[in-house]
Order: sequence, then C-alpha cells, then structure tokens
Amino acid sequence: MIIAVASGKGGTGKTTIATALALAAERPVLFLDCDVEEPNAFLYLKPELTVRRPVYRPVPEVDEEACTSCGRCVDACAYHALLALGKTVVVLKHMCHGCGACAIACPTGALRETSHETGYVEAGRAGAITFAHGELGIGEAMAPPVIRAVKEMYPDWEGTCIIDAPPGTACPVLEAVRGSDFCLLVSEPTPFGLHDLRRMVEVARALNLACGVIINRCDLGDDRVERYCREEGLPVLLRIPYLPEVARWGAEAISFVARLESWKTQMAALLSRVEEMLGGDRGHQR
Amino acid sequence: MEIAVISGKGGTGKTTVAALLGVYAAPVVMVDADVDAANLALLLQPRIVTEEPFYGGRVARIDAAQCNLCGSCEDVCRFGAVAGGVVNPLLCEGCGACYHVCPVGAIVLEPSPDGCLYGAEGPYGPVVHAELSVGRGNSGKLVTAVRQRAREMAGRGGIAWTIIDGPPGTGCPVIAAVSRVDLALVVTEPTRAAFHDLERVVDVVNHFGVQVAVCINRYDLHPEFRAAILDYCRAAGLPVVGELPTVLEASRALVAEKPLCALMQTKLALMCAQMWRKIKGLVVEATACEPV
Repeated sequence: MIIAVASGKGGTGKTTIATALALAAERPVLFLDCDVEEPNAFLYLKPELTVRRPVYRPVPEVDEEACTSCGRCVDACAYHALLALGKTVVVLKHMCHGCGACAIACPTGALRETSHETGYVEAGRAGAITFAHGELGIGEAMAPPVIRAVKEMYPDWEGTCIIDAPPGTACPVLEAVRGSDFCLLVSEPTPFGLHDLRRMVEVARALNLACGVIINRCDLGDDRVERYCREEGLPVLLRIPYLPEVARWGAEAISFVARLESWKTQMAALLSRVEEMLGGDRGHQR
Repeated sequence: MEIAVISGKGGTGKTTVAALLGVYAAPVVMVDADVDAANLALLLQPRIVTEEPFYGGRVARIDAAQCNLCGSCEDVCRFGAVAGGVVNPLLCEGCGACYHVCPVGAIVLEPSPDGCLYGAEGPYGPVVHAELSVGRGNSGKLVTAVRQRAREMAGRGGIAWTIIDGPPGTGCPVIAAVSRVDLALVVTEPTRAAFHDLERVVDVVNHFGVQVAVCINRYDLHPEFRAAILDYCRAAGLPVVGELPTVLEASRALVAEKPLCALMQTKLALMCAQMWRKIKGLVVEATACEPV
C-alpha cells in the first residue's frame, strides 16, 4: 500500500505528518521523501544513509563531423535547448528535457545522447524504517527525474510505503503521487489552505486516487475547509490543534509522536483506517 | 526594480511578507509567481481586468482513424504518456518525439492549454497572477509570462517597483522567478528544516548571480536556530533586513473578510515598513554601484 502525503500549499505539515505516520507504524515501512528540491524528512527520521547514487538525465552531444548543419534538431526541440550558431549546434543542457526528439529528427546520426548528472539519491535505515530521498542539483530546473529515481530505489517493497510529496500542484507533485493507492492531503483552515487543497484534490482526481484530509492547526482559522470537505464528500481523517510545544519540537525536527504517546496512538490508528478504507493491505503497485 | 520573495521551504510566510511590503512600496506591481498554488490574490483581493489563456507548449494527440497501432510512439516516449494508441495529456510534455517517429503521420501536436493569466487592479497598483492548469508541466514558462506581463504594466504605468511572490523549492519555477531580479528576499524561520532549505536556495540564487537578503519570520520560535541563522548570514555576507515575531493574529487575519486590512492591524505592518526601507536601500545602492 502506497500512501502519498501532499498538500498543494507549502508548510502545512506534510513532512511532520508523513514522518509521524512512519514512526507510529506498527510494522516496518518504506519512507520515500520525494521533495527533492528541499528534502527535510531525514532531519526528523535521522536515517543512517548507506547508499548514494548519482542521478543522470540524457542530454544530446553533437558529433561535428557528422553534422551537416541542416537545423532539423533545432526545429524539433520543443524546449529551445538547441541553438544553431553559424555552422555548429550548441546544446543548452539546463533547457533540455531529455526527450530524444532531436536524435530522432537528425538525418545523419550526428546526435548522440550522453548522461548529465542532475542530482543524487541516498538510502538507508532509521530503526524499522527503510528510507530513501534525493536532492536536485543546485541550478537544475527539473525535479521529476530525481523523484523517479527515489521511487525506483526499492522496486520490490511489498509492505506499506509512505511518500512525502513536494508542495505545489505541478509536474513534481504529479510524479511523486502517481501510482499511489491513497493521497493524504494536509490542509489548514485558511483561504490559502482551502485554495491549494481544492487544486490538489483536482490532481488526485485526475489520477483516480482516493483521498482523505488532515486539517492541521485546526483552531487557527475558520470552518471553510470542513465545509468544502463535506460538500465534496472527502473524509476528514484527523484534526490537529495548534500546540506551541509541537511547533517548538518541530523547529528541532523532533516528531510530536516521539513526545506525545496519545498522538502516536492516533497516527497508528489513522494508518489502520486508511488501510481499511483501501480494503486491506493491497501490496505494492507501481 | 524587481524584488522576488522566496523561501526554499514552503509556508514560511512569503505571501504575507510580500503583501505587507507592497503597502510601503506603492505604487508597485504585485506579481504572484507561485502559479501552481497562487495565494497572493486571495490576500489583495484585486479586481480582475483581463483574463487570457496561456499556452505554454504543445500536447500530442493521435488521430485514431490514421493510427495503425504500430507502437513506435509508445517506444520513444520517455514520459510514459502513450499507451495503446492514446496519449495521456497529464503526462505528455509536448516534446514531439512521437510525432517525428510516427510512420503514418497520425500524430498532431496541438497548443497545450496550460493555464490562465490575469491582469488585475489591486489596492496599491496592478496585480498580475496566474493559475496553472492542474498537473501541467510548464510552470516555469508561465512564471516567465507573468513577469513579462508585469514588466509591460510597470512600463505603461511608469511604476518603478515590482514585488514578486515566489514559489517554494529550488526548481524551474523558482529559477524563472529569480532570474535577473534586483534582489531576492529569502523568508526563513528558525527551524532545522527551514535553515537547511535557506542554505540550498541561497546557493541557487547565488548560482544565478542575484543579490540576496534574508528575513527571519517567527524569530522567537527557537532562539538557538535564530542565532545559527544570524551566524550563517553574517558569514555568508547576507544582510538580515527584518526579523518578525510569531503573531497568531496574522493567521487569524487571513480568514477576515478584508484580510489585508486585518493584517495591517497587526504589529507586522510597522516591521515590514522598516524592512522595506532597508530593502530599498540595498537595491538603490547596488544599482548606483553598477558600472555604466
């Protein structure tokens, strides 16, 4: 069973909830931090990272002897990553999406794809938790290849897997949550929280994912998120009030379930409830 | 002059800070560059004047009448967007590899409706915001389009300042939001996670050669991390232009009927006035030093 924790809006408590679920789980879980632009879960789970691998994406290289300067590759590139300069073709690596269209369009086979390092993935263990995360290189624009690499670290995992998704509703989020069985949406009871929750629900629905909502800092706002969930038939699985001590522990990246036994029980119950909603442990589908 | 407000980590208060700075920068063009979770307009409540569709790229469509189901498109697609002779528009990146490889010319590339761009009139100048269609991948291009529109509005109205409310993260929309701005204001918090993200996003901004200033929000949350962030900024030569306390009324202000007015009643308002003076000073000084 794969549960993705997402929110649309940043800072609603995705990582806090995702790590709390992993720490409260009664069985060993796999934790994948898919926020590769700003990975933070390792700060909470403190895994011993024993594996580190670079992530590459394909970029073209021009064989100047074979190139006839016909310009077809430049026309074929949808991302303006190829530039004709006089008789040579220049590759702008940071613009390239690695689609391979240029190599297909080249009539003389002058374009060869090489690997460009775009980030890395790391994996290891934190107690009973198997952990993986990735980091997008500085100045690199595209997160999806690194997210894909994180999700491919443990292809044979059979048990429960928790995915910590990035904020937003664009392609990195899509890449992180697709293939999950359930989307746990963390919101807050403000116009910002509601607006971004609505968008995230649209994403989940476009991907045919079942969802449930957690309202964090439920006492710092009004009832608009509750009303929306009722209207849309979305189950509100948990309401968490604002607790200054939880905010302080959060600052130190200490999970609240490590300090408050009652919340550990609640998070474990939440995990069981999601499992029940999905009709038992369905195993891993990617 | 363009100021981008970013953070690395989400939820540190970018939108609130951007809106309050705007009050003192007026007349100012306000830009929401967080196009996949745009919130600035919820705070400023501007009157929308123009609305136009945004086509950021292309999306492939297979004409079933001509397709012979040879599967070559499926083989070349690196995004897993083609299956059984049908394109999933959510996964298609519009690269055209399938179009080039199709032996019977059954694939057409159509403009992809990636979102909507709004021009609006706000309380202290024009507001430009946008909404990316759900799950679309052209967020960086939409950010660039939003900034382009903002520049036109600034030019037309003779408005000197533009404040850009940026997205979280370090990837393509962030790069599009900070490229060639006069200053990037990074809003952080004294937490382990936000500090980690601050260091990463500062590296990204430096990579693109943009001047950085830092604002520590909720500075009273954790004295040790606050001290650590101040030490880091001193060592890295980053000016800390403001420190804002935890103000729970600010969260509650967001649900008021007039959220900006409610926010102006909090003590954050005066602190942002001081912060704006420092930011303005930094930008004017840097501009004056530029070789002609």
